[in-house]
Amino acid sequence: MKAILSGNEALARGAWEAGVTVAAAYPGTPSTEIIENMARYPEVYSEWAPNEKVALEVGLGAAIGGARVLVAMKHVGVNVAADPLFTLSYTGVNGGLVLVSADDPGMHSSQNEQDNRYYAKFAKLPVLEPSDSQEARDFMIQAFKISETFDTPVMLRMTTRVAHGQSVVTLGERAEVPLKEYVKNAAKFVMLPGHARGRHPVVEQRLIDLAAFAETLPLNTILWGKDRKVGIITSGACYQYVREAAPEASVLKLGMTFPLPEQLITGFARQVEEVIIVEELEPFLEEQLLAWGIPVKGKEIFPRLGEFSPELVAEKLGAAPAGEEIAATATVTGEVPARPPMLCPGCPHRGVFYVLKKKNLVVTGDIGCYTLGALPPLSAMDTCICMGAGIGAALGMEKARGREFAQKMVAVIGDSTFMHSGITGLMDVVYNQGATTVLILDNGITAMTGHQQHPGTGKTVKQEPTHQVDLEALVRALGVKRVQVVDAYDMAAVEAAITGELAADEPSVVITRRPCVLLLKENDPPYTVMAEQCNQCGRCRRIGCPALVYRKGEAPVVDITLCTGCGLCAQMCRQSAIVKAGE
Amino acid sequence: MRNQVTNILLVGVGGQGTVLAGKLLAQVALQLDLDVKVSEIHGMSQRGGSVVTQVRIGPRVYSPVIARGTAGAVVAFEKLEALRWLPYLAPEGKLIVNDQSIDPLPVITGAAEYPADVLDRIRQAVPNATVVKALDIALSYDNPRGVNMVLLGILARHLDIEPEVWMEALARVVKPQTLESNRKAFQAGLALA
Repeated sequence: MKAILSGNEALARGAWEAGVTVAAAYPGTPSTEIIENMARYPEVYSEWAPNEKVALEVGLGAAIGGARVLVAMKHVGVNVAADPLFTLSYTGVNGGLVLVSADDPGMHSSQNEQDNRYYAKFAKLPVLEPSDSQEARDFMIQAFKISETFDTPVMLRMTTRVAHGQSVVTLGERAEVPLKEYVKNAAKFVMLPGHARGRHPVVEQRLIDLAAFAETLPLNTILWGKDRKVGIITSGACYQYVREAAPEASVLKLGMTFPLPEQLITGFARQVEEVIIVEELEPFLEEQLLAWGIPVKGKEIFPRLGEFSPELVAEKLGAAPAGEEIAATATVTGEVPARPPMLCPGCPHRGVFYVLKKKNLVVTGDIGCYTLGALPPLSAMDTCICMGAGIGAALGMEKARGREFAQKMVAVIGDSTFMHSGITGLMDVVYNQGATTVLILDNGITAMTGHQQHPGTGKTVKQEPTHQVDLEALVRALGVKRVQVVDAYDMAAVEAAITGELAADEPSVVITRRPCVLLLKENDPPYTVMAEQCNQCGRCRRIGCPALVYRKGEAPVVDITLCTGCGLCAQMCRQSAIVKAGE
Repeated sequence: MRNQVTNILLVGVGGQGTVLAGKLLAQVALQLDLDVKVSEIHGMSQRGGSVVTQVRIGPRVYSPVIARGTAGAVVAFEKLEALRWLPYLAPEGKLIVNDQSIDPLPVITGAAEYPADVLDRIRQAVPNATVVKALDIALSYDNPRGVNMVLLGILARHLDIEPEVWMEALARVVKPQTLESNRKAFQAGLALA
């Protein structure tokens, strides 16, 4: 049977067909849909873990326990999970374990564009790179075989285009794979120095064995084209771009990019006059070939930055675009204002950031929808580095610049990010006697990635009820004595709470609470602007609400298809010109 | 489409329903036993940013992304986005524009003006562009989220595909409780073109 699946759906399908019974992840674009799809299979235990490290730890426990396991995360999530990953490489598995790393070249939804193939090399694991949804399914099944044959976790590296691209997939049936026997084996699974010294040579031998295996692995294939002058070596999404841009070219397509098959590559290189490597981001393949003494062209002609496209590949290969000539329509469009992402109409974060801006505070921020509070007109964020960094960063700034500075500074973090890795930062503030004020923007969901549950929501990935972490009790238990909860839509209350806590010479937490507006089944009635009362002062414009439409010389108009009735604009208006419709 | 790859670009603002429209086109291709690739970006750009869904249908499709100047059809869910993505339209390509404006952030903050001459510029570049008020049509069926289906109904007239194929595909991609309202919106678009 055939179906149209995204790369992420196909990964879940492949894992299900491979007999996976345990799956864990923390959401992160472009990986989120993998576990959302796994959760639909009743045969699989799926979970949202509080963070990627815990997800991999749950995964490794399940694999040592004999199950086939899928763990998924975005590229920067692997940074969080790196600690267990490197030592899991030493212990090996029992049941197969596949770790999906979804990289984001071009940073569509990420804070960096690190190339996680280096993790495979660094942690000494094989890495597979599918180039479309069919391969995502097929490679997943193959990855489990490799994992169990070579007793190793396997990394499956996606990129955004493959993860979020949809294409036709031929589906198979599920193989019911029985649990492998669990046998206590401390020398293999308890990584005391003495045991680890015993495991390291096993890892080195495994890499040698995997490289030999790669020589004949069908995932690494040569497609001879009419042109044998140039030989292109590529993998993942770039393979599709190469086929599009240079249909006549001879291509060595690598499905497994670490460890690499030296004989296969050397043989290919010998049969062409020039080898060109087409790979996004880092010269990962190129470095290995150069180390083997094979002359190649790679980053000399291709960029290290961003995503590639068939157009770019055609241009760099000196070939004409595969399709029609580029049209001249480009010249007539004129100036078009940019459309960056922004906080939604009715977003509970908007008023909070307006208050932060108004008070001119230094804000150490974090990862989530609320990072958009850094953009104009709110522009109320000073730092955003990684998940959970904001609280530690606030303490560090305070220690560097003193208590007085701390009274003009807050850390801002969302509820899901706080569960992920904010708790330890707050613990540090209390333990090391900071006076930091922490705002937890609690919208009751992991919003940015598309509304995933977390330990504070009371629901599992399968939307079933579960224990709900009591956020106030949790922060109190860490030793924070000053804890307040305010309505995120009530800007006066938010301002009063922040002002009060900044003055306090001890750690404090202000929880601004309102559910994500996109989750509400029904909105409040929209507001309306009474044009005759509006003096066009532009004050309402400072909150940057998309539901207010401004045209030169006119009072703003409320777009009732967008307005959710949050009332922030009415709180801004000093003329009382903005009222609830019908009032 | 059956002999060579057809490129369709669906552009709009995050939340306008381009993703579902792309799903429908992909399902149509599957039913015609053609190869298809759809590319879109989820995540941050969906929060009110400029979004694009790229659909490529043909006997064999490699790249999931469309090169500039090669889209057989550009369907713009918002008129400023039509202008932004116009360079992707092929010289003989079909342009369908929803006459609706959604202000981008620089316009909301006052850093830029929403160009008053968007439609003029579009018509100057593509004289035979189809411009419709799809939101009004969708609202007349009490389905404010049906803009995507109205626009695909219009597109359907320009693609050589039987209406039954569309209807069957629609039933596969939308929830049963929204099938009827989506079907009506699609047929309203089909009747318009």
